[in-house]
Amino acid sequence: MRPKIMLAMTGIAALLLARNLYVILQVLPDEEHQNAAYRIMFFHVPDAWTAFLCFLAGMIASVLYLAKNDLRYDGFAASITEVGLAFGAANLVTGMIWGRVIWGVWWAWDVRLTTMLVGCLIYAGYLMLRRAVEEPGERAKMSAVVSIFAFADVPIIFFSIRWWQHQQHPEPAKLPPEWWAALFMNWIPLLLLAGVLLMLRMEQERIQRQVDGLRRTIHAF
Amino acid sequence: MDTRNFTFLCYGLVAAWLILCAYVVTLAARERKLQRELERLRLLVEEKEHTG
Repeated sequence: MRPKIMLAMTGIAALLLARNLYVILQVLPDEEHQNAAYRIMFFHVPDAWTAFLCFLAGMIASVLYLAKNDLRYDGFAASITEVGLAFGAANLVTGMIWGRVIWGVWWAWDVRLTTMLVGCLIYAGYLMLRRAVEEPGERAKMSAVVSIFAFADVPIIFFSIRWWQHQQHPEPAKLPPEWWAALFMNWIPLLLLAGVLLMLRMEQERIQRQVDGLRRTIHAF
Repeated sequence: MDTRNFTFLCYGLVAAWLILCAYVVTLAARERKLQRELERLRLLVEEKEHTG
């Protein structure tokens, strides 16, 4: 059942992406100052939204793990955080390329870019911590605490444009309505892809729990 | 000369998908590694059950 759902989600995502690429590349006109390069935004922004959503879900799952002590929540948190980090990395790199066009440099140390980079580094640290701790219960508890603290960076990234108004990053609220429609339409296939990646990653967490169980059995002999 | 910034648009689109594709490749590699480890541990447990 699960492979069929994943296949269906991938198929719908591919169709939507094809449709969106047509709209983004053919229907929407060039922007006055950025010309064609502004179209990077239609992947850059939904990548960030997907990453934030994944980090939020990871934080909630971490809280649930601490409350219920169920390793499935820990597996979910690890899986969704990793997927979120992949989208976060895509957001950072596409932002750098767009920034090269707009600001003439690959990296501008403005607040949004820097806080996003810090967020990605913290979540990368979360994943490295998981590899460093062998005992599943201890690993889950330590990771859950890190995940909850790491999420504190997400609202800072999100509201940085309002809180530090002198920075270079553009204000999304000023975008034309047809750009907003394209952004939301392109977010749907990215969410579907994130869902598929999450399912694949959760299956690995399930196998990892089996491996951990077998290791405990071998040690008990 | 690329007056419409198409080169950077291409870089952006390729980078966005390349990162996600690279992640899928690492997922597939990790899945194979985990399956091998699971199989190895199952055999080890069976072996221990027979000997012990």
